Amino acid sequence: MGKLIRLIPLILFIALGAILFRGLSLNPTELPSALIGKKFPEFALTSVLSQSQIMTTADFKPGIKLVNVWGTWCPSCRYEHEYLNKLSKTNRFTIYGLNYDDEREDAAQWLTKLGNPYQFSAFDEEGKLSVNLGVYAAPETFVVDHSNIIRKRYAGPLTPEIWQSEFEPLITQIEADFLASTRHKGNQ
Amino acid sequence: MFSKYAVIALIATVTIFSSSILAAPVDTYVFKDKVTENRFNSLNKELRCPKCQNQNLADSNSPIAGDLRREVYDMLQAGKADMEIVDFMVSRYGEFVLYRPRVNSLTYILWYGPAGLLFIGAIVVVLILRRKPVKNAQKPLSTDQKDKLDQILKNK
Repeated sequence: MGKLIRLIPLILFIALGAILFRGLSLNPTELPSALIGKKFPEFALTSVLSQSQIMTTADFKPGIKLVNVWGTWCPSCRYEHEYLNKLSKTNRFTIYGLNYDDEREDAAQWLTKLGNPYQFSAFDEEGKLSVNLGVYAAPETFVVDHSNIIRKRYAGPLTPEIWQSEFEPLITQIEADFLASTRHKGNQ
Repeated sequence: MFSKYAVIALIATVTIFSSSILAAPVDTYVFKDKVTENRFNSLNKELRCPKCQNQNLADSNSPIAGDLRREVYDMLQAGKADMEIVDFMVSRYGEFVLYRPRVNSLTYILWYGPAGLLFIGAIVVVLILRRKPVKNAQKPLSTDQKDKLDQILKNK
């Protein structure tokens, strides 16, 4: 019994060491989004390419949506742009841009020069929608399902590897869920 | 040779000074009264910048911190209470934005852990102190021991 008591500090030390060691390999920028499972916030912003056009959530096409936060000041956005262009060729989902803290001319030029993967890009000069989405920095990508519920937030540039491991399974699952729910309604 | 060092020293001084000038973001917000301004400043100190995680909104130069400061300002102007503003931030960025986490089941350890550890320490100290009872010293001597003691004292 006495020996066991003497071991307690050592055990506590090892436990604390293990916890702190685990902390060393955690990525502090990987934060859970507070918005998962919530409705995509309402917005009314002009489109990057057309100042007279006000875009809202009503302009989303039905189906699965990817909302990609970007800016011409953001090198990682440039890096992922090619891959976004590739992704936009699918008909499984539509891609929307949220241009954050940018100049309209620069943004428009970027789209004409590098290609435009977006159905439209909302021009969020003051960061109103970005703040409502809890965006920290570009690039960030949100997956929004058929009923405009945010299902995922990913911070960082999209790559084929990230897509395969983080997005592909989720998109497949949302498709399956949607199919099941329509069938269920059909049976009633 | 000397002038070379002088130039280096000058560059170093200028660099140090300019960086300290640039370090604090400058917003030109106008407040309707001193109280609102104080609330603005204290909210900016209590809210963490989501991008530069070891800075609060008041210290950070990042664009997102600027946007959030403006958001805080707008909400103050709209007559929102401090709690509402904090709730607004938490519902978007999570509990993480609070430098002073709220007391809930997730943060009990954080809030009450130190007091609990202090309590455990106090118990341990009390146990250790009580393990060596002072009784031994108060026990009356046996007759044999008394005789021995008398002898020793006499011999002195």
